[in-house]
Amino acid sequence: MAKVLVIAEHLGGTLNASTARTVSAAQALSPESIDIAVLAADPSAVAAEAAQIAGVARVLAVANAANAQPVAQVLAPQVAKLAEGYSHVVLPSTTFGKDLAPCVAALLGVAQVSDLMAVEGAHVFKRPIYAGNAIITVEAPADRTVVATVRTASWPEAAKGGGGAVEAVTVDATLPTHTRYVGLAAGKSDRPDLQSAKRVVSGGRGVGSKENFETIYKFADRLGAAVGASRAAVDAGYVPNELQVGQTGKIIAPELYVAIGISGAIQHLTGIKDAGTIVAINKDGDAPIFEVADIGLVGDLFTLLPELENQLQ
Amino acid sequence: MKILVAYKRVVDFNVRIQVKPDGSGVVTEGVKLSANPFDEIALEEALRLRDKEIATEVVVATIAPADAAAHLRNGLAMGANRAIHVVTDQPIQPLTAARTLLKLVEKESPDLVILGKQAIDDDANQTGQMLATLWGRPQATFASKLEIADGKATVTREVDAGLETLEVDLPAVVTTDLRLNEPRFIKLPDIMKAKSKPMETLQLADLGVESGDFLKTTHHAPPAKRSKGVMVKDAAELIAALKQKGLL
Ligand SMILES: Cc1cc2nc3c(=O)[nH]c(=O)nc-3n(C[C@H](O)[C@H](O)[C@H](O)COP(=O)(O)OP(=O)(O)OC[C@H]3O[C@@H](n4cnc5c(N)ncnc54)[C@H](O)[C@@H]3O)c2cc1C
Ligand SMILES: Nc1ncnc2c1ncn2[C@@H]1O[C@H](COP(=O)(O)O)[C@@H](O)[C@H]1O
Repeated sequence: MAKVLVIAEHLGGTLNASTARTVSAAQALSPESIDIAVLAADPSAVAAEAAQIAGVARVLAVANAANAQPVAQVLAPQVAKLAEGYSHVVLPSTTFGKDLAPCVAALLGVAQVSDLMAVEGAHVFKRPIYAGNAIITVEAPADRTVVATVRTASWPEAAKGGGGAVEAVTVDATLPTHTRYVGLAAGKSDRPDLQSAKRVVSGGRGVGSKENFETIYKFADRLGAAVGASRAAVDAGYVPNELQVGQTGKIIAPELYVAIGISGAIQHLTGIKDAGTIVAINKDGDAPIFEVADIGLVGDLFTLLPELENQLQ
Repeated sequence: MKILVAYKRVVDFNVRIQVKPDGSGVVTEGVKLSANPFDEIALEEALRLRDKEIATEVVVATIAPADAAAHLRNGLAMGANRAIHVVTDQPIQPLTAARTLLKLVEKESPDLVILGKQAIDDDANQTGQMLATLWGRPQATFASKLEIADGKATVTREVDAGLETLEVDLPAVVTTDLRLNEPRFIKLPDIMKAKSKPMETLQLADLGVESGDFLKTTHHAPPAKRSKGVMVKDAAELIAALKQKGLL
């Protein structure tokens, strides 16, 4: 039977919601047990949070000053050691997991399953290719460790209320010193987090400028929504890169997604396939976004957004 | 400084992918093939480093069937000094790609290897990380800015939380994100010039690449379709429709 090790993602002493989503995917393997590994300089707070996730047996807390920042080549040898005795090692398919998982797979000498979206059996999975335009069923060798990243938008957050045991673990691995972490420039925002928000309002090239994007922020705030963007809007400098939704940005599954001034290129649509309701506002009635929108409204965003805000008051 | 660029040929990003009705694959017959967009960015970055006289030589490499020679010629026309074609008819999964690239690294001793962050056919996002691991060298993935000085690379990375900066010792592996640069267009005279640039052909079977445990793809399916929705005529109707769905 499967024994699953989930590698926790965390930032600033807080567990990332992607971890609980990864645990959901782990549960779908009907495993004998699910453990979570937390690698940090001081893992205690994150480990305590991880132990709360329902269905988690043990939390392996690996304290090491070298783990203060998530440097993949530093974490990988430790994860590869921890992987002993597990049938599956799973990480979220966030930039953290995408960076780290292949290193672990390479150390173990196994292929990696990227963006696992459904489990058909302990070694049979579904994953998207070609920007989600085809879904393949893949079979991993049954006698080798499975290393996988989990497409977080396909899985709900596992519930809280678990009572896993936290164990301090030391890992004996030689860690490289060839990589130095310099810093993180994070856009500060009081708005909901794009990857876990129930509502998301996104703007595209049609918004026209950084200044105009204020109208998107205002409308999002009115809805209590997170803000996203198309690649074109990011490339044009209207918003920072971490707001990009799509094949090469974030894959999200909010209950409500509002696309404003976004044409609906396949690379963008890849990021919102699992959204509950898609609303599109675009002045071009032939824009491809209307082919996937549940509710479409043709018109100029600069006229429509103030009207919508009025209606919402 | 020598730079090795992994340069894969994929179905062009503008092609609407069709899954074959029997689920055996996607339609690739008669479909336009192009350089993986991320690999074009990788090559462009290498060429810019050569333009700045930081790099002296740029080598493009691909692992693909024999007819991919034309694709490598495009890389030469864009400006690479040489090309290496590892010929195979087998589909190549990331671990094998990484093991093969490692053989080229051992042969060429580059100071920097630049790959795309993902190939837009398999969307695996693995090869660069696997290569760095097998090589025992640093990796800086998802790069949106790259600076080389004093035997080190300072790389800005696009991560979910924002922009992260790493400093890595060379040699190192860098994978590109879309905003690293905008690739130059190939000019006609350069296509002529590329014809006389060196292209080395190796057989994958001769390289002694360890074969791996592969993932077996058993079925292809089209994605679940979203049904076409309704059009509303104004702001008031939109609000009403959202309320009716219980979303407001
Ligand atoms: C390898 C690769 C990966 C990519 N990854 C991504 C990705 O992750 N995410 C992503 O988004 N894109 C991605 N792209 C880019 C994608 O192909 C499109 O270029 C991009 O999504 C277009 O953004 P847009 O819809 O904002 O701009 P456009 O296509 O220019 O559309 C702008 C829209 O705004 C409308 N508009 C203009 N003015 C108004 C107005 N006043 N009121 C209402 N509507 C208005 C127009 O009618 C138009 O439909 C990728 C491309 C490649 C090649
Ligand atoms: N067969 C190949 N030939 C050349 N480069 C490759 C090949 N496969 C993968 N790569 C490189 O590895 C990157 C990531 O690919 P992948 O891990 O498949 O998403 C690509 O952008 C290429 O730079």
